[in-house]
Amino acid sequence: MMKNVVEVRDLVVVRGEREVLPGISLDVQAGVTGLLGPSGCGKTTLMRCLVGAQQLRSGTVEVLGEPAGSAPLRTRVGYVTQAASVYDDLTVAENLAFFARVLGVDRAQVDEAVDAVGLDDHRDQVVGRLSGGQRSRASLAVALLGTPDLLVLDEPTVGLDPVLRRDLWDLFHRIADRGAAVLVSSHVMDEAERCHRLLLMREGRIIADGSPDEIRRTTGARDVEQAFLHLVEGRGDAA
Amino acid sequence: MSPQITMAVAGRVLTQVRRDHRTVAMLLVVPCVLITLLWWMFLDLPGDLFDRFGPGLLAMFPFIVMFLVTSVTTLRERSSGTLERLLTMPLGKLDFLLGYAIAFGLLAAVQSTLAVAVSVGLLGLEVTGPVWLLGVVAVADAVLGAALGLLVSAFATTEFQAVQFMPAFVLPQILLCGLFVPREAMPAVLEAISNVLPMSYAVDAMQELVGAADTAEVWRDVLVVAAFALGALALGAATLRRRTP
Repeated sequence: MMKNVVEVRDLVVVRGEREVLPGISLDVQAGVTGLLGPSGCGKTTLMRCLVGAQQLRSGTVEVLGEPAGSAPLRTRVGYVTQAASVYDDLTVAENLAFFARVLGVDRAQVDEAVDAVGLDDHRDQVVGRLSGGQRSRASLAVALLGTPDLLVLDEPTVGLDPVLRRDLWDLFHRIADRGAAVLVSSHVMDEAERCHRLLLMREGRIIADGSPDEIRRTTGARDVEQAFLHLVEGRGDAA
Repeated sequence: MSPQITMAVAGRVLTQVRRDHRTVAMLLVVPCVLITLLWWMFLDLPGDLFDRFGPGLLAMFPFIVMFLVTSVTTLRERSSGTLERLLTMPLGKLDFLLGYAIAFGLLAAVQSTLAVAVSVGLLGLEVTGPVWLLGVVAVADAVLGAALGLLVSAFATTEFQAVQFMPAFVLPQILLCGLFVPREAMPAVLEAISNVLPMSYAVDAMQELVGAADTAEVWRDVLVVAAFALGALALGAATLRRRTP
């Protein structure tokens, strides 16, 4: 059996009055794993738990054998939030050089990261003047610094054109081929086919877990979107 | 905490400021213009009013400006997600806070050098104590302003609110610092309040330097200001949470 990069057990997270994650358990292994589900189903909260940014009510989250968010993990986990978290008044290269210094990563990796996200033509442009898609790629480049063993990407392809989306998915696979685990959230079901494994999420729970093929087979659906609808409505009937 | 990361934060903040030419110009020119305005205002009046009020103003600039700049920039850092990202990295809270304090301390040093040069060189402000000590006091004031700005940014959710903290936090200190009414002449309650406000010591240090030249007294005031700054930084560190609800 493959070694788990992420192990979540009975995780409960309450934000405000709402129980966003009511006791979720899951594993993530190396490869590209898609975390799919409608907006507001708890994808972002789960991802925040993996990087140690979220207060937990109960349960455990382990990453690479350590409690999530603990000091040894801070150079080994890359995290990209939904909104681009880079400095608008710095250039792409300056942003990356800064985060590289914080991570204690070699300067040469800055150029690699810029190339990997296809921003080499814009490296000396101020991020605030870039397009939305370029800004989110700059934010993604920061997460690539230090070749992390786990990459947590919250909707990294939202608002990008098809060509860029394809290029980014190719990039995720190249990173996974190196042996890393890449967890990508999305609410666009057609991206699911590009994952090794899928976790379908709804109202803070995992409602299906398997390869795209397995999920289609067990539900008898044509594609993952149909499978998801089938699962959601099937559950609705049972209730 | 790591010196390398602290300096990375300081360098990054300075690069950001440098990119904003208008802010740099305002930071450096406005204090010089205001101190000149003060000198001009008192020009036809008898007595040494400029010598009395000038030092107070020199103490206030770095404090007010750094308070405003820091509260807005750190609020931006909190709301843009960059702070959250940094806190998932090997960055210590003190790296972040000291990085900001160093960057704004340096800026304040440049700002004060200019304002002091104008006051002493062009406007004839008489300084009895060593002039360089004016710079030390100004940097302490700036770090205090930056530290308080960092602290209040935790309690603001918009830049509008952050700016509103300036009249709420800073104006009372200006009123009670002893510039308008000597502190010992205030009603007892206000004098007591004035004694626990950091600005009182900042202004006192400047006035002491200009008037009495008792450097021991000045250093005591600087220490009080520095202690307030450290306290605000410690409280600020408590508001930086790696895990948020």
